[in-house]
Amino acid sequence: MADIRLIEIKEEILADNDKVAGEIRQRLRSRQVFMVNLMASPGGGKTSLIIQTLRELKDHFRTAVIEGDIDSMVDAEKVAQQGIPAVQLRTGGACHLDAVMIEMALREVDLYALDLIIIENIGNLVCPAEFDTGAVRNAMILSVPEGDDKPLKYPLMFTVCDALVVNKIDYLAMADFDMKVLRERVLKLNPKIRIFEVSCRTGEGIPAWIEWLKDEVMNFKK
Amino acid sequence: MHELPVTENILRVVLRHAEEAKAGKVISVSLRIGELSDVIDEWLQRYFDYLSKGTLAEGATLRVERMPVVFRCEGCGESFHVKIREAKDVVCPACGGGKATFVSGREFFIKAIEVI
Repeated sequence: MADIRLIEIKEEILADNDKVAGEIRQRLRSRQVFMVNLMASPGGGKTSLIIQTLRELKDHFRTAVIEGDIDSMVDAEKVAQQGIPAVQLRTGGACHLDAVMIEMALREVDLYALDLIIIENIGNLVCPAEFDTGAVRNAMILSVPEGDDKPLKYPLMFTVCDALVVNKIDYLAMADFDMKVLRERVLKLNPKIRIFEVSCRTGEGIPAWIEWLKDEVMNFKK
Repeated sequence: MHELPVTENILRVVLRHAEEAKAGKVISVSLRIGELSDVIDEWLQRYFDYLSKGTLAEGATLRVERMPVVFRCEGCGESFHVKIREAKDVVCPACGGGKATFVSGREFFIKAIEVI
């Protein structure tokens, strides 16, 4: 019988995806286009936050949105109504967007005519955390009704994000949600993350988030 | 939930190395995955069995080595393991301090394969 040989590999499981993501970031860098990947649970407020954000930023930057909604055009249509170009990725049953899908979407836009791209990832706090999309920054939304324990349940997501938007703070009075505890839990996982408390419904706190994003885009383009 | 695309990636890497080594068959695949990752071992194996049919890796066993989630206490510097999904809070076992920083637990790579 043949001998068993051990072959050392030591390769990242998602090395192929990471490679494409790196190429995307390089291209964005050379075209001076900032791309942010927005992740959240279904119903967390991704589309609402994007619309609020673009309403404010469309006068400052040339923007586009990549929509990863599972199987409808609803979100893309909402965004397009704002006069913002939207690329809809029809992802079927996929649970996340990866770099290859983003690369396909980027073929649909003119990078020379853009400053800012927002990716609306698929509603899910698990899978999107694992896949680098090639975005320059990762941001996530946690909405108050979801609970302040989510950093313990979905820790990976909180470690990969640069910004956390805590949405639906207008529900705080009705929820057992301790903002102080949430902040402590998140900052332990990721001491560098920026946390914004907002309500897309009332508009409270939105300016601070927009200011952060604006600064990020400006710094990137310097 | 994303075990299928993850398994596709694993199989691709495994087959590339097995072919380079002119192996006749892959016996096992050793993976190192941090506790922060949500992939479920049983599903990895099931998808692997399905995807590897008719390839050099058909019938190979996946061995998953789970790496613990490690935090470091900002008070006393102690590094400690945390069962993150069971823990209500992250508290240093040495000094009881509540200020700690995440150190590791995100590993996600293929260590080695055994072939004949």
